[in-house]
Amino acid sequence: MTNPRKNFEESRKKIGYIDRKDATQADYDRIGFMSGLEVHQQILTKRKLFCRCPAGIFQKPDQFDAEIIRHMRPTLSELGEYDGTALMEFRTRKEIIYRLANKNACTYEVDDTPPFQIDQEALEKSIQLALASKLNIVGEVHITRKQYLDGSIPTGFQRTAIIGIEGSIRLRGKVIRLIQLSLEEDSCREVSDIGHTRIYRTDRLGMPLIETVTYPDFVNPNEVKEGCDYIRFLNRSTGLVRTGIGAGRQDVNVSCRGGSRVEIKGVAHTKWIPELTHVEAFRQWALLAIRDELKNRVNPEEWKMSWKEINPKEFHFYYPAINEAIERGDTLIAVNLPCFSGLLSHFTQPGKPFYDEFANQLKVIACVEKPNMATSEDIDDVISSNVFDQLVVMFNASEQDAQILFWAQERDVKTALDVIKERAERAFAGVPEETRKSFVDGTTIFERVLPGADRMYPDTDSAPIPLESDYIESLRKSIPEEVAARYSQLMMWGVPIDTYTYIFSKNQYPLIKKIVEELEINPKFVGVLFGHRLKNLHGEYREIPFKLDRIYDMFQYLKNNNMEQNIAPNMLVEMFKHPKMDFESILTMLNYKKISKEEIVNRIAFVSDKFVPFRKDTNEQDRVNSIMGQLRLMSEGNVNLTELVNLIKK
Amino acid sequence: MSEDIFQGYKGEALVLLQQYNVRVWGAAEVETTRGHFSGTVLPRAENDDQKHIVLKIATGYNVGVDIDTITDMKEVGYKKAHYKIPEKEFPYTKGLPHVKLLGTGGTIASRLDYRTGAVIPAFSPGELYGSVPELADICNLDTEKIFAVFSENMGPEQYVALAKKIGEEIEKGIDGIVIGHGTDTLHHTGAALTFMCQNLPVPVVLVGSQRSSDRPSSDAALNLMHAMTAAGHGDIAEVLVCMFGPTSDEYGFLHKGTRVRKMHSSYRSTFRTIGDTPVARITRKGVEPIKEEFNPRRNDRNVKIVPTFDNRVAMLYYYPGMKPDMLDAIIDNGYKGVVWVGTGLGHVNKEMYPAIERAKAEGVHQYMTLQTIWGYVHMFVYDTGRDMMSKGIIPLGNMLPEVAFIKLGWALGQTHDPEEVKKLMLTPINDEITDREPYNGYLVYQGGSPEVEEFIRKVHK
Repeated sequence: MTNPRKNFEESRKKIGYIDRKDATQADYDRIGFMSGLEVHQQILTKRKLFCRCPAGIFQKPDQFDAEIIRHMRPTLSELGEYDGTALMEFRTRKEIIYRLANKNACTYEVDDTPPFQIDQEALEKSIQLALASKLNIVGEVHITRKQYLDGSIPTGFQRTAIIGIEGSIRLRGKVIRLIQLSLEEDSCREVSDIGHTRIYRTDRLGMPLIETVTYPDFVNPNEVKEGCDYIRFLNRSTGLVRTGIGAGRQDVNVSCRGGSRVEIKGVAHTKWIPELTHVEAFRQWALLAIRDELKNRVNPEEWKMSWKEINPKEFHFYYPAINEAIERGDTLIAVNLPCFSGLLSHFTQPGKPFYDEFANQLKVIACVEKPNMATSEDIDDVISSNVFDQLVVMFNASEQDAQILFWAQERDVKTALDVIKERAERAFAGVPEETRKSFVDGTTIFERVLPGADRMYPDTDSAPIPLESDYIESLRKSIPEEVAARYSQLMMWGVPIDTYTYIFSKNQYPLIKKIVEELEINPKFVGVLFGHRLKNLHGEYREIPFKLDRIYDMFQYLKNNNMEQNIAPNMLVEMFKHPKMDFESILTMLNYKKISKEEIVNRIAFVSDKFVPFRKDTNEQDRVNSIMGQLRLMSEGNVNLTELVNLIKK
Repeated sequence: MSEDIFQGYKGEALVLLQQYNVRVWGAAEVETTRGHFSGTVLPRAENDDQKHIVLKIATGYNVGVDIDTITDMKEVGYKKAHYKIPEKEFPYTKGLPHVKLLGTGGTIASRLDYRTGAVIPAFSPGELYGSVPELADICNLDTEKIFAVFSENMGPEQYVALAKKIGEEIEKGIDGIVIGHGTDTLHHTGAALTFMCQNLPVPVVLVGSQRSSDRPSSDAALNLMHAMTAAGHGDIAEVLVCMFGPTSDEYGFLHKGTRVRKMHSSYRSTFRTIGDTPVARITRKGVEPIKEEFNPRRNDRNVKIVPTFDNRVAMLYYYPGMKPDMLDAIIDNGYKGVVWVGTGLGHVNKEMYPAIERAKAEGVHQYMTLQTIWGYVHMFVYDTGRDMMSKGIIPLGNMLPEVAFIKLGWALGQTHDPEEVKKLMLTPINDEITDREPYNGYLVYQGGSPEVEEFIRKVHK
């Protein structure tokens, strides 16, 4: 085979991968980009969903009062099927350790007590959130068990219930349909996952959250982000949800034409969505190209991989990872993949050739820590090609074949071989349905086989909860106006678009509206003050608590004292530095003096006379700027600056 | 009988389904005042109301639709689900012991029951092999469902049937017996079988699960593996209760049927040997004896089955201010035995004395056990105790109240002669009364104390 790195680059060009910054709608149409969202947001409640533990009390990874161990086994779904993910997790034979802290977990969290009655506060808020998303509210809430065998929930399933189905959200010029909104208990936070041991902490476990699921209506990466932002703003605008790190996260479903639904799990920031969805759609496009090439070469029915345990003494390895493995006593297995030449190093994602998928599945399913393998097509050339020449002879392989050499503990070898065989066979089908874990650079790695509807099972520990129409109508009245309405109001006010994310994510719209309407302050000015100045100050003085209502008080103070608002940005800075200082003192800090407009205007002539042209092409604007520079400080709070500029120009 | 096509629906909901001709398992399109719903109509649980229809929607979730909001409904398809644990023939492996699994009900293996919305037991060897394939590496298995009752419905009639069945199986040459059982009264059955099946040549292991096997974190599979291992390979030929040691999935304990008690309503590690240590620890690798002395496995078949029970026995849990009419009522109703559960060292109030005397006069056998669970009845310490003994109450040492109840019923099934009954009651069959309480027989540690906190931080509870 030619140089693997060169092959990687060439295959990238061949499938037509382009960077996102250069991509247009036409590119996404070409590959049939399709995406949908599952947006999770914790609900703000005092207690967890199914027990009386406090919600929102967290522990550090190594802080715990007790540990318990569980193993998960697959069970049947209600329709009598085993779920694919369940079987995969069972094969990994993980020992799951839970770290419990008394302050945030009881016997419910570790499944030693059946659930208590559902938290009424969470139920009510979830109904309000479903109403805000314009969903059809169910007549009776049925608690369902959704299997998770990764151990992230000690019962082995998540208790979850549909609150509403079939709604829609309106983005700029587009309607996105919603499938459903459910009320769920949150899962554990992972501490570590090494070899056959996975450790979780149970602080977040059982906290109520909602999941809003859209149809796959998004046709480009930016649209997905916009939709996600919208749903998150909508949730926050109700004031019923938790905010801050970890309170919201989303799973993003992506496919390309001919591809499969792949779920990118737990994306914490919406700003990562465009790159992730872009890269994933092209990864699938690349897998389809690999599939086509494979099918050209061989009939899938006839394809058969072969493998042999090899004796390390018969080879010379210079790769430290292999030598360490040999020292540990790992078994070395060579695998021959017929017809995979040039495909193992085929492009799939930026910086990631196809063989990366094998390595990650070895890690996740067979519990073999990385680095766990080398191939005849490593783009970084980790093993001398002599080794693979030897393997080619050993297998009597053809030029079209490729080889993988992996190392694992003896007990994991069988699963590892199954994993390699299955991944290779799936290459003939194209894109495996799976969930993937995301990285900041926009790439993803295999996490699990995608679970299906087969993992659902009615919760036999709880009875259905009827929702009366009168009750729903009474809740409907408390729903704030829709985010779409707020969006267009800000636009009409002329507030710049770059402020929206901050304003909605911090739910500042109600306060802005109050200031604008009650105090009759220029909306654009208020919007910019929040969206730019306040945002910067929040970043800069993160540790100082600041009460937002003070901004309203400030505007009221300016109005009561007949002052100009243009001093507000500077006052805001001092208010942050001195959260308890009264407004009069703040003005003193700013050296503010009450000067009448006439007095300032009178000074124009004096300052203007003193203006000395400082370069040859000094013009009128320079004169105005210079005068403004000298009068600005005394003008702030006393006179409108635009008005002043006009006066100077005269 | 024709198939019930509206399974579980009653009243208004049933009328509506009939009106629109929509069946259970039908794919339905439902128009309501709250919007459109589509999904498969599921059966309705017996105790749920008549106001809702349950749909499984495309995403796999179930939702209920309020019938008052329904304006139209149409069946557009039909697909009945067949809920079935995959059945595979349990493989025969030469050289592995033969174990018989007797089913009584309970949650060892179970499946969904739409009638009640709860889980019902599922059982054949094939089903068990389908859900716990590891069992085939442990033993060759036969199963027989003797009855299907929940633990709380087990009683003397079942004890007798089980005991006889155990006798038959042993005679037939079985290597070990496992009994699947609900956990609520597992320890009652453990005691009953100990008294009824004496001189056992093979292990008889009672096993249950605290979390039903329809959940991935169930303790059923591990408990079953442990029980099969103990029955097939273990050397302790006694009636044993096999359940989780710690709540973690680590190991199990084998408890004597006469010294074990369910101590928590829902914990996996709920069964504890009281006043002693368990007989052994059990892992998938095998039995690790904790007690040095036990009844070892034998090759003979000389089991002694004593399947008797007189259920005219009552328990009286004493409470302050208890009136003698409680005991009078028992006498008047023809009961022949009373197990007292007294306070402290074994006391009841003086007001009760005349009734106690009357009971003795009328031939009612009275024995004393303790509310404290741990410790011995000491009726010589205070006058009260001595008074009571003189009036006919016999102390039962450290016999557990539930065990005493079972034993008295068993004894009265054989004789009503006071001395004979007393002899039976006070002669231990398998440590229901022990001579001594070892220092580690009573360990109820108190959370919050620094040493205990340190302990549970390090050791899996």
